[in-house]
Amino acid sequence: MASRAQIPTSNSALIAMIADEDTVVGFLLAGVGNVDLRRKTNYLIVDSKTTVKQIEDAFKEFTAREDIAVVLISQYVANMIRFLVDSYNKPVPAILEIPSKDHPYDPAHDSVLSRVKYLFSAESVASGRR
Amino acid sequence: MSGQSQRLNVVPTVTMLGIMKARLVGATRGHALLKKKSDALTVQFRQILKKIVSTKESMGDIMKTSSFALTEAKYVAGENIKHIVLENVQNASLKVRSRQENVAGVKLPKFEYFTDGETKNDLTGLARGGQQVQQCRAAYVKAIEVLVELASLQTSFLTLDEAIKTTNRRVNALENVVKPRLENTISYIKGELDELEREDFFRLKKIQGYKKREIERQLAAAKQFAEDQFGEKISLQKGVSINSAHNLLSAAMEKDEDIIF
Repeated sequence: MASRAQIPTSNSALIAMIADEDTVVGFLLAGVGNVDLRRKTNYLIVDSKTTVKQIEDAFKEFTAREDIAVVLISQYVANMIRFLVDSYNKPVPAILEIPSKDHPYDPAHDSVLSRVKYLFSAESVASGRR
Repeated sequence: MSGQSQRLNVVPTVTMLGIMKARLVGATRGHALLKKKSDALTVQFRQILKKIVSTKESMGDIMKTSSFALTEAKYVAGENIKHIVLENVQNASLKVRSRQENVAGVKLPKFEYFTDGETKNDLTGLARGGQQVQQCRAAYVKAIEVLVELASLQTSFLTLDEAIKTTNRRVNALENVVKPRLENTISYIKGELDELEREDFFRLKKIQGYKKREIERQLAAAKQFAEDQFGEKISLQKGVSINSAHNLLSAAMEKDEDIIF
């Protein structure tokens, strides 16, 4: 029981986003965006000028923040920091890979599903599009 | 390696034997219980996995619909919608609540989203396309619903994975290390106790032998003493030397063939 990670039961936690402009704008429209007093936002817009370092820093910051429960990340952005995403194994916050406009969802690269690909020998996830 | 199934270092007494037996019973019961827990967790795990796969597929579709709605809104309301939305971000109105659920003895997190405060409707600066924007917003809210559910499924999935690994590790440890060790210890103690018993038995027998020989020796000594006494008496009576008295006695013991009477 010494390795049991503490899952905080919080009453209000935010949803962070690291995605391209359109996706982020859409989610902000829905009301997920939050800017606190120190002008820190819970989203990062990734475009062609964003460096990998910036994405890494944002990812690390979002996962370290106590008040963020879910991190949505576009799949092609996740591919850029694949090593960080794959080595992340805390249950909270949850890392979700979402498709973007130009890159449809590819389950073969999803960090969570690839971990259990061995469970699906006959019915592979990628070919499970019924 | 000889460390495969060693025994514990204990003093081989009867009390220890009782203790070890009790421990073995405990280990066996614990092993059966843990195995059942692991099976139950695996069943839950597979169920969650199936749900995750189907939800991810539906998520892909929903995101497509919402991006399409966004494109529509952009087309109608002009390209400036991005800047306006970005500037209008203040406090999040859609937040996530997390609580713990107990499934087969494992605490799993579950997320549910809720609306905190009103959705900001004052997107001032949007001259046209209010309806498209509303539709787009609704589509994205639905997407958030699905995403939050997916997030909670994913976290429970990861937590269950950990729990299953720990339980399986414990089951294997009990089965391959603890129980053989205890069994070896028990047989060692029994062997030592048997050996002690045999030693005791052997010692007893030896002592019995000594005692018997002691008694025989004493008997022989007593008989000798009695003979001497008698010999003395005869020699005193007959006025003969003790030696000839002895000879008389021993002659009386033996059968003399010459004497005919």
